[in-house]
Amino acid sequence: MAVTSSAPAAAVTPRRRAQRRRRAAAALFVLPALLLLGALVVYPVLFSIGRSLFDAGGERFVGVANYTAMFRDPATLTAIRNSTIWVVVAPVLLTGVGLVLAVLTEKVRWATAFKLVLFLPMAVSFLAAGIVFRLAYEEEPDRGVLNAVAVGVHDVFTEQSPYPEARAREGHGLTAGSDGSYRTDAAADTGGSVSLGFVGLTPDAVPAGARPAQDAAARTAAADEVRGVVYLDFTPGGAGTPGAVDPEENGLPGMAVEAVRDGEVVASATTADDGSFAFTGLQAGSYTVQLPEKNFAPPYQGVSWLGPALVTPAIIGAYLWIWTGFAMVLIGAGLSALPRDALEAARMDGANEWQIFRKITVPLLAPVLTVVFVTLVINVMKVFDLVYIIAPGPVQEEASVLATRMWLVSFGGGNDQGLGSALSVLLLLLVVPAMIFNIRRFRGSRK
Amino acid sequence: MRPSATTRRTAAAASAALALALGATACGGSTGSASGKELSGKTVTVAGVWTGSEQDNFRKVLDAFTEKTGAKTVFVPTGDSLSTFVGSKIEGGNAPDVVMVPQVGVLKQFAEEGWLTPLSDKTAKAADASLAPVWKNYGTVDGTYYGLYFKAAHKSTVWYSPEAFDRAGVRAPGTYADLLKAGRTLADSGLPAFSVAGQDGWTLTDWFENIYLSQAGPEKYDRLAAHTLPWTDESVVKALTTLGELFKDKRLVAGGADGALNTDFPGSVEQVFGPKPRAGMVYEGDFVGGIAKDQFGKKLGEDATFFPFPSVDGGHAPVVSGGDAAVVLKDGKQQDAAMRLLEFLSTPEAAEVWAGAGGFLSPNKDVDLAAYGDDTTRDTAESLVRAGDSVRFDMSDQAPAAFGGTKGAGEWKILQDFLRDPSDAKATAKALEDAAAKAYGNGS
Repeated sequence: MAVTSSAPAAAVTPRRRAQRRRRAAAALFVLPALLLLGALVVYPVLFSIGRSLFDAGGERFVGVANYTAMFRDPATLTAIRNSTIWVVVAPVLLTGVGLVLAVLTEKVRWATAFKLVLFLPMAVSFLAAGIVFRLAYEEEPDRGVLNAVAVGVHDVFTEQSPYPEARAREGHGLTAGSDGSYRTDAAADTGGSVSLGFVGLTPDAVPAGARPAQDAAARTAAADEVRGVVYLDFTPGGAGTPGAVDPEENGLPGMAVEAVRDGEVVASATTADDGSFAFTGLQAGSYTVQLPEKNFAPPYQGVSWLGPALVTPAIIGAYLWIWTGFAMVLIGAGLSALPRDALEAARMDGANEWQIFRKITVPLLAPVLTVVFVTLVINVMKVFDLVYIIAPGPVQEEASVLATRMWLVSFGGGNDQGLGSALSVLLLLLVVPAMIFNIRRFRGSRK
Repeated sequence: MRPSATTRRTAAAASAALALALGATACGGSTGSASGKELSGKTVTVAGVWTGSEQDNFRKVLDAFTEKTGAKTVFVPTGDSLSTFVGSKIEGGNAPDVVMVPQVGVLKQFAEEGWLTPLSDKTAKAADASLAPVWKNYGTVDGTYYGLYFKAAHKSTVWYSPEAFDRAGVRAPGTYADLLKAGRTLADSGLPAFSVAGQDGWTLTDWFENIYLSQAGPEKYDRLAAHTLPWTDESVVKALTTLGELFKDKRLVAGGADGALNTDFPGSVEQVFGPKPRAGMVYEGDFVGGIAKDQFGKKLGEDATFFPFPSVDGGHAPVVSGGDAAVVLKDGKQQDAAMRLLEFLSTPEAAEVWAGAGGFLSPNKDVDLAAYGDDTTRDTAESLVRAGDSVRFDMSDQAPAAFGGTKGAGEWKILQDFLRDPSDAKATAKALEDAAAKAYGNGS
């Protein structure tokens, strides 16, 4: 700008010339960047937009047909829904958790070590993290650590049933109730006895002390009794007669049995080692024998993390694990730059920590929080690897997001790059607001 | 051939990289003494997806060829995407002479691109004499014979634990109804009948294909595979209903539908042959035996054996198959030697080399069954050869990948949904037709 000062008339031409030269220099410097941007960003975007107007093969112009197909396809709608859930939930949770952790780590002694540990997952690749979480979420408690914990905790508080796998031999006098209990079809009169056969148990599912039930089944009941046996109606090798107590068939010890009259339980017993039970001292009459549901309740299997209902929250959980450190560190940096005097003044005025947090820390941190939030929104939009790896085949569609859907449609078997391009354009449109917001904010901060 | 595909994939990628790095000479493992024979001084390049022990065993076959003719052979692993590999080699003017093609769809694609040389009369005659016509048909595109099937897979074998069968007192069933009955008796003895690998959609398509082939017959099977018969056809609904009878019975499927959907294919073999058995039978191809033997130390024929997939509703017992076909590329430089190699591969002699090494079935009916290493493999081979012309290729392998080969989509996904809730066969058939119409792009 030194040129502008002296003799106006004579200066016009050199000034212009200088200006032109400056422009040329600027253009020269900008050119490589422009070329790169054009080749790597602008051209692909334009190409995708163009491609999205053609059919799968890329030869026939179909107009907006791909876009209408996109919004009619249930699988794509699921992906849009899931992407929305991701964008709404993940950044909010991450920013919130990051903020809380950042504020808390300010106050602990080993803050650096703590931050380091929380930041470590950032160093793990998404692929590796995905595989780890796939294992952790495994439904089988023997393999998935989360369900091992869930089942362990559950089993401390509730008793396990002795015969979860047993079921009555069909068509031999027992009918299943809707709650999983069994009762005899025909009533047993006092002085009578019943043999209740069960199947579906492996030899090692029967307690070690079990003894053959045949003798007990032959015993006759006294006049004020109803007796019977509960036994495993399956002879190894399949030689036995269904419905009859064969010599090798063991009783099922520890089974709870109840005598029911007019809908009320009047006596209860537990089977002995040979499977026998007896209700003594009954009033003469007929009774229904019932085996309550607690004998057969299936064991608690934990939570179906990767089932259709929970798969998206489960994957968001894995994403949280990876990104919490990032949010915390950025917010922590903003926090350490806060003016201390404002906090001190508030403390002097008698504000408690919660009030300081809400009224001073958060408002002052707002710019940093916005940066973290917007960055995460953009990041979440393109989440792909975690979803692809963690969701098992059968729920892949239920877990899909726009990015996985786009890949699947264009390359992963669908081979419809027209529809795939339409999806990518949709993704672009959804990211644009966040981009504009970011650019505005950059401008603002420059002023 | 699917299960080995996953292991193959990674290994193939690694070895392909290695092969590129070391140059072709590095993998020319078979340089036999080559003097004074008719083809000495020539080198035949063979490309295929095989890695690991499959590749080693195939090299033994190539060595036998070298021994006989004096031609050197080089095996080039292609990695997972065989067609891309071969295409780029042709573009680069460095085409292999012979390619072992693992899928019928890829063979067709090669022929349509005009990459293949029709096989010599001698090979065609040998194929006529020793292969059932169906194998020749799968190697023929538009009336020209291009692909010689050398290695086959048998996908109609139900593997079971003889110990569990003895305990339940049941025998290998011959009909589908008996299969369900035996399964229920097995369940009474305390072991659910089947371990179903619902997490891997391709096992479900194989279930369906076996039932459909037996129940509806080969003719409808072919039409459905080509999608000239819509999936909404009554026969499909019927086959689905038949399959649903098994799927919906909690006693027959270990862990019920939820358990099955959480079981992958290796897991399903483990549930039957692993240390903690949870089911008595697992249905899949002949490769189940290999896993039971290699991973769980079972002795084939004693601790692990199979029966052929039973016939359904009075039809013939199905034999669903697949295989690797040898083709000669037009752009290969050693046309004569390549054709000679194919002539060699069509002889029982070549198949017997690999049969002795294991992990191999030959569709060639002249192969001496005594060449196979164990009784169980011998039985599978015999059943495959005896099935003759009623053999059909895996339908989902013939379909476009979007329908028959994509995780979480198409037939895989729809049959998984059907496993979860097998109550509405009609709706499932409709969903299959919608997906098929989209993937085949003909709407039939």
